Amino acid sequence: MKFKVQVDVSLRSGIADPAGATIERALPALGYEGVSGVSVGKTIRFTIEASDQEEAEAHAEDLCASFLINPVIEDATVTVEAGNGDL
Amino acid sequence: MTALVGVVVFPGSNCEMDCVESVGLLGGEGRLLWHGDDDVSGVDAVIVPGGFAHGDYLRPGAIARFSPVMSAVARFAADGGPVVGICNGFQVLTEAGLLPGALQKNSGLKFLCQPSTIRVSSENSSLTSRASVGDELSIPINHFEGNYTCDSETLAKLRGEDMIVLRYVDNPNGSVDDIAGVCNEGRNVVGLMPHPERACNEILGSSDGGVLLGSLLDLAA
Repeated sequence: MKFKVQVDVSLRSGIADPAGATIERALPALGYEGVSGVSVGKTIRFTIEASDQEEAEAHAEDLCASFLINPVIEDATVTVEAGNGDL
Repeated sequence: MTALVGVVVFPGSNCEMDCVESVGLLGGEGRLLWHGDDDVSGVDAVIVPGGFAHGDYLRPGAIARFSPVMSAVARFAADGGPVVGICNGFQVLTEAGLLPGALQKNSGLKFLCQPSTIRVSSENSSLTSRASVGDELSIPINHFEGNYTCDSETLAKLRGEDMIVLRYVDNPNGSVDDIAGVCNEGRNVVGLMPHPERACNEILGSSDGGVLLGSLLDLAA
C-alpha cells in the first residue's frame, strides 16, 4: 500500500532565522505593515510503501529523524496519508 | 618519519588540493581518499576539506556523512586518530555527530569571502598544539553557512571543558560565543570554518595557517 508523506521542516525555537528576519524587515518597504513572526522553513514530500498507516508513520518518522532534519537546529511535523501519486 | 595525511574527496569538494599542497609545504605528505572508499588507507591523520560535498543538498554535510569513507573516518577518530574538518568539512563532521553543534546561515545572509582574525582559545587540541592561548592568526573565511550554533547545555559544556579551540576577533557570521572552531571530548577531532590551508605561504598573504596544520603534522608524525 502506498502512503503520501509530507515533512514540514522548521527551525527550532530559539534558533536564529536570518532569512525570516530579512523578509520581515523588507515588508514595510513594500507597503505591508503589521506583519510579524515571519519564519522560513522547507517542505519535503514523498511516497512510501508500507502495510498500514502505523508502519508508514514509523518509517517516515525514522527517515525524518535520521536524515531529513538536523535535530540540533530543526523540528519537523510529519503528515502521512494513504494514497498514491503527487500531493 | 613523514606524516601521511589523508584528504577526503567527495563529489563537490574543492579545497582538497590546497590541503595536499599545504601539507607538503609543511613537510608532510598528503594523499587523497575517495569518499566511496571504506578505509582510510593507513594514514596518520585525516582532513575533511572544504567545498560543497554532494552539492550541499538538503543541508551541508547531510548526504556526505553517509559516504562509506565517513564510517572509516569515525572508526579512525574513535581510535584517537587526529581528524580536522575545514569549512564544509566542519559541517560534515557536525552532521556525522563527530563534533557537537551545527552550522547555519550567516546572520547577515551574505556569503563571506574575506580575511579574518581568529584567536586561539585552547592549545589542547590536535590543531592547536603549536599555538599559545591568545595568539591571533590571520586566516581567510569563505562560507555562507558558518554561523555556529548549539543549545545552551552544549555551550556550557564546550566552555567548561575547554572545547572551544578558536574564536573570531570580529565575529563575521553570528556564531554563538564568537566560535570559529571546536574540538570533541577526546580533543583529537577539530572543526573550524576558517581555511588554514589557504594561509600557509606568505605569497598568499599569510602563513599563519601553518601553525594549525603544523600541529596536526606533529601529532601525525
